[in-house]
Amino acid sequence: MQNVVKSVVMICPIFSAVQSLPVLAQNEPTLQGLWEIIQQQQAEIDDLREQLAVTEVNINGTNERIQKTEQIVEATGDYIESLEVPDPSASRTSLGGYGELHYNNLSANDSALDTEKIDYHRFVLFLGHEFNDRVSFFSELEVEHSLAGDDKPGEVELEQAFVNFSMNNNVSAQGGLFLLPLGILNETHEPPTFYGVERNDVESIIIPSTWWEAGVGLNGNFANGLSWNAAFHSGLEMSTSGSSAFRVRSGRQKVAEALASNFASTFRLRYTGVPGLELSASYQYQSDPSQVPGDGLDSGDFFTAHVIYQRGFFSLRALYAGWSFDGFAVKGAGADKQSGWYVEPSFRLNPEWGVYTRYEDVEGARIQDVFAQWEAGFNYYPVPNVALKFDYRKRTHDLFTADGRDFNGFDMGIGYQF
Amino acid sequence: MVTEEFLGIAFSGDEPVTKTLWITDELRGPIEEILGHSFNALRVRYWESGNRTAWIIDEIGKEKPITIGVLIQAQVVDMVRVLEFREIRGWEVRYPFFTDQFNGARFINSRESRNQMLNRQVDGITGATLSVGAVTRVVKVVLYLSEQVGAPT
Repeated sequence: MQNVVKSVVMICPIFSAVQSLPVLAQNEPTLQGLWEIIQQQQAEIDDLREQLAVTEVNINGTNERIQKTEQIVEATGDYIESLEVPDPSASRTSLGGYGELHYNNLSANDSALDTEKIDYHRFVLFLGHEFNDRVSFFSELEVEHSLAGDDKPGEVELEQAFVNFSMNNNVSAQGGLFLLPLGILNETHEPPTFYGVERNDVESIIIPSTWWEAGVGLNGNFANGLSWNAAFHSGLEMSTSGSSAFRVRSGRQKVAEALASNFASTFRLRYTGVPGLELSASYQYQSDPSQVPGDGLDSGDFFTAHVIYQRGFFSLRALYAGWSFDGFAVKGAGADKQSGWYVEPSFRLNPEWGVYTRYEDVEGARIQDVFAQWEAGFNYYPVPNVALKFDYRKRTHDLFTADGRDFNGFDMGIGYQF
Repeated sequence: MVTEEFLGIAFSGDEPVTKTLWITDELRGPIEEILGHSFNALRVRYWESGNRTAWIIDEIGKEKPITIGVLIQAQVVDMVRVLEFREIRGWEVRYPFFTDQFNGARFINSRESRNQMLNRQVDGITGATLSVGAVTRVVKVVLYLSEQVGAPT
């Protein structure tokens, strides 16, 4: 009985579906209906085509407007940039400078010679002017030790004032008052460019930096990194007596109504063809370093050479400088040979910090200028053109008569350039 | 060296497309950070061919502008040339023995970094520190700008 009931339940849905077939056949579209649908779709296609054509026209118009707008923007940019061009005469004048403040705290064997002082050592302004692409002027005006005048410690000095004539990209001539091409610091002495609060002593006592003279010079360079300088200029006026006898540094006339009976000439060869390396040698001839004939200081020959090598964070500077004077008086005083040298390795820890040490040996004309000195310290650069400096140094004089001048101590300083 | 000569060397005779990059505030900030001073240009012109872009930018050395051309290929420095040098000192930067040090240089850190470093040490020239700095800054600016225009790599 149960099987009969199951069979009836399964058959009923099938029967019902077969009954509905005639209803579906009655809902099929007619040919007329299909034709109407096609006509309607064709009309829509035609309409879309028209809209597309209009859109294309609009796009073309928009593109043209974009191109015109771009042209207008470019023209506006040209115009604005033309307004930004400064007055040519003003842009040809340039200003720069550097300065350094020093604090020295040095203890000498003779306590009467102790040094504890603070000094705005140098305040310098550069002023340059470009007359045209070939002719330019450059000057450097300095105030030393803050205060100048009678019985004051400082000086106002014109250290450079020359006209430069660029003959081509490789040769130039200069006339006026200029720095002599000697050593490392004489031409490049902005405080952030060197270590140590005070400049090294070899380039102070033997090369009396900053050393400028008046005259004419010729400079040239080659694509391989070799360059040369030749200068004919005013000479020294060294004393042959007194406490500064035969002291080169005291012999600088600084082109201040300077005696010009006897001139001097300086030549330099320099090679910088390998980045990080500089090799340089200079020779100078003084036709009469005292400007007085027959006084026992007749002529002088000067030679200096140096190497600078920088590789990565490591740098090394080494320099030698030596004088040879001729004349009975200078030989009699034992001052005919004056020389000095130093070696200075340094290491840049990072862009802000650099450490160094330096050993120098000096044999100058005065007893206090014959010594050996060791020093070490660091520079801190908050920005590349500002340096805060610290060093410790120890000086030992060669002559026992100068033992009291031996000292050790520290220096601090701040320097800048722009 | 004039612009045409530089472009001729840079693109080996190919005719590059001249393009303009407008310096928006977004670009100006990083540029000025690299230069360390204001950058007043409205736009920078550059030349593009394939994956190479060439740029010419002026930067002050000590007192006067140095005109520097830089060629970038696939975000790497391919060539640096000094087109015009006007300073009395620092003439060494004009020559390949200095500028060739930049060949192959690229940034080693991400473009978002505020302190973009090159992947190589550039040795300076004694007495030409400011000119060397000017060329280095321009190379960094050009690497940054070439990233912004998205030249093909």
